[in-house]
Amino acid sequence: MTRFLRLLAVFLLFAAPLRAQEGFEAVVAGLAGGFAAQAEAVERLGALGDPRAVPILRALSEGRLQKSPEGALAIDGRDALTGAPAPTATEAIRINNRVRGALRGAFGRLELASASDAERAAAAAGLFRARSPENIQILEDALGREANPGVRATMERALAASRLAAPDAGVRRQGILMLGGTASPEARGLLLEARTASPDLAPEIDAAVAAIDQRLQLRRVAETAFQGLSLGSVLLLAALGLAVTFGVMGVINMAHGEMVMLGAYTTVVVQEAFRGIPWLFPWALPLSVPAAFLVTAAVGAGLERGLIRHLYGRPLETLLMTFGVGMILQQAVRLAFGAQNREVISPAWMQGVITLPGGVEVTQNRLWIIIFSLLVLGLTVAAIRFTRFGLEMRAVVQNRRIASTMGIRTGRVDAMTFAFGSGIAGMAGVALSQIDNVSPNLGTGYIIDSFMVVVFGGVGSLAGTMIGAFTLGLVNKLLEPWAGAVLAKIAVLVGIMLFIQRRPKGLFALKGRAAEQ
Amino acid sequence: MSATTITPAPRIQGGTILRGLLLAGLAILAMLPVLNRLPPESVLYVSDFVVAVSGKWICYGILALAIDLAWGYAGILSLGHGAFFALGGYAMGMHLMRLIGPRGVYGHPVLPDFMVFLGYTELPWPWWGFSSFPYAMLMALLVPGALAGIVGWLAFRSRITGVYLSIITQAMTYALMLAFFRNDMGFGGNNGFTDFKELLGVPLNTAGARAALFYAALVALGVSLLLCRLVTQSKLGRVLVAVRDAESRVRFLGYNTTSVKLSVFVLSAMLAGLAGALYVPLIGIINPGEFSPGNSIEAVIWVAVGGRGTLVGALLGAFSVNALKTWLTSFAPDLWLFVLGGLFVAVTLFLPRGLVGLLRKGEGR
Repeated sequence: MTRFLRLLAVFLLFAAPLRAQEGFEAVVAGLAGGFAAQAEAVERLGALGDPRAVPILRALSEGRLQKSPEGALAIDGRDALTGAPAPTATEAIRINNRVRGALRGAFGRLELASASDAERAAAAAGLFRARSPENIQILEDALGREANPGVRATMERALAASRLAAPDAGVRRQGILMLGGTASPEARGLLLEARTASPDLAPEIDAAVAAIDQRLQLRRVAETAFQGLSLGSVLLLAALGLAVTFGVMGVINMAHGEMVMLGAYTTVVVQEAFRGIPWLFPWALPLSVPAAFLVTAAVGAGLERGLIRHLYGRPLETLLMTFGVGMILQQAVRLAFGAQNREVISPAWMQGVITLPGGVEVTQNRLWIIIFSLLVLGLTVAAIRFTRFGLEMRAVVQNRRIASTMGIRTGRVDAMTFAFGSGIAGMAGVALSQIDNVSPNLGTGYIIDSFMVVVFGGVGSLAGTMIGAFTLGLVNKLLEPWAGAVLAKIAVLVGIMLFIQRRPKGLFALKGRAAEQ
Repeated sequence: MSATTITPAPRIQGGTILRGLLLAGLAILAMLPVLNRLPPESVLYVSDFVVAVSGKWICYGILALAIDLAWGYAGILSLGHGAFFALGGYAMGMHLMRLIGPRGVYGHPVLPDFMVFLGYTELPWPWWGFSSFPYAMLMALLVPGALAGIVGWLAFRSRITGVYLSIITQAMTYALMLAFFRNDMGFGGNNGFTDFKELLGVPLNTAGARAALFYAALVALGVSLLLCRLVTQSKLGRVLVAVRDAESRVRFLGYNTTSVKLSVFVLSAMLAGLAGALYVPLIGIINPGEFSPGNSIEAVIWVAVGGRGTLVGALLGAFSVNALKTWLTSFAPDLWLFVLGGLFVAVTLFLPRGLVGLLRKGEGR
């Protein structure tokens, strides 16, 4: 008995797909019939859920499906079922609007069973737009199978929208509740549309719309906050080098923006150099960071030793002189690389968008730049706190002459400090090359903002620079929805001018001897 | 911040050569529109281009005087004087736009073309009164003066000096540039104003009108020079130099340095506004590019090249740097920025007193 049952099971195991296949072929054959038969066949194919039907139906909808006088179907000269070469004496199958309607529904159902997440999500989105109560059953089935949370969410929305179109008020109420649980502006639109259609459900709809609005508001705030953090991280990167050269050394370097620009161009050069080496190419961006640091640090050291050191104690002259140096650097780069923007390719791991819970969308490259800016800040703090160079630097800042008596070569420390600040600017340039146009005047847009950050945060304080950068970034982005980008920027500038009325030394004023310089 | 002593109190000492040079230069300038009327075959004929370019330089000369008064004498390095210049220019530009009247492309009796294009139905309030020439000239002086008054009062009151002041004034002109680039500000957006027709009833595109504007600018330069001389030779001028060299000491002696600095800063801004107002009808266009921080800092380098702390130096710098620019950009435009950048470096490192310091005997370092 058990043996018989086992045999039966094995038989059924083989027979079932066999029968299904026969059924599938029989149904497909219906496509060669009249319009009514075609429509019925299309609907049955959709209900069968066999993915093999997709290319055949697509060919039908595009007018590429052909039939021979014997009723055999072919696509582009090959048999539609077996793929074998088909006789050429065939005619194209024509369809009417009823068949087209059936095709749309069938595609939606078939693609809900597709193996690809993207296709299933697209199919669900299509059913969301179709909003037909006929799809409720299919979507419920599909939801039962679905494991991918993203696709599930889309399917749920589609199901809710389909329920909203149902004749039964109870089903519609279910749909309203489901839509009210989302944070989608499209769902909000649907609900408002349904409100005019079914006034009896108005209270439920209003509650659902209010819930959506609240979620959307929350998402907007979160996205604005992210944009603010992103802008803040850019400001931090641009201002950090300045916080070292201006804040620590008191040297006002108007060529700082050009150091950032040189860093961005170093990225371009490294990328060009690695273009021919496929296994190294994805590493071009990470390797640009030390390269940019070295290049700009070298330029900075040369600038300090060659020019700036002759002007110590004359800040206004230093300002003018470094402005001239910036001009020369800019023009040199313009002649060497051309005035047009250079393209920097983002590596794959920096592209795309991450969707956080709640539907907050975050671009990868900006997220990386926030991380990078904090890393650079950490390294800068560590270099000043824990290295011998940092110790000597702080000693020179506090009291140059005593430091010199102790055997510190103050000239060398000056050069290294300036090189360090310039190198940080170069690293900022690598990051900026990912989100801004790499052109010779890349740096000019950042120099004023960077000075504002340093002045606001407090000259000579890295913590102040960080807090200043993120505050300015956030305030700027929070003001933008009301005031527009330009007015927000102006408001921030005016705000800083008023702020330093109250606290002329910035948020984090230095105390003690160093503050007197 | 420790005050630095670089230039001694300004005395046109041994400056007979310089004064002669200045008078000769002004005399030559005064001759230009006359020589322009000669037949083109004449040896002394001066082309329209030369007249137009020197008219521009005269306005730059006034701007240089304004910067010199603030920086050379009072030690206030403003990197935002281009903003005062541009505001004066915009005031004049608004007057010229109002004078176009119904001759615009859209033929609206009151509104300038760009307002019709942007869908304005009535004149925004900042434009009221600009159809009157005296009002427009008054605004060309008062608006920059008021802005300088506010910024200066905020800054000097809380003892913001040196590079901090420079950066704040730079941020000021940068913010104004952003604002004026906006279309909805009602000042023509990034196109600014152009296609002017007439001024004081005279069509602008005639040789006579160009000569008249040229002389107006020259007279304004002369008056500005005398005014600056009056200020710098007065007791106020002495206090200014003292403030520049040792502000705290002057304050401890009982002077109100804030009001001294503020008054000279406002005067300087008004001079810059005057220069801008004269510049716009000569050039025939004003746009927000005039606010760009680069323009202001370029004007500062004229003064540095000529020699700050001397009025002759400011003029000498404005003329010589702009002559170099006009000459160089005509055949090697790529080189100009190198030369300008080089000037910044060379003057600050090797010529702290500028060309004037070079020309003076026995005062070289």
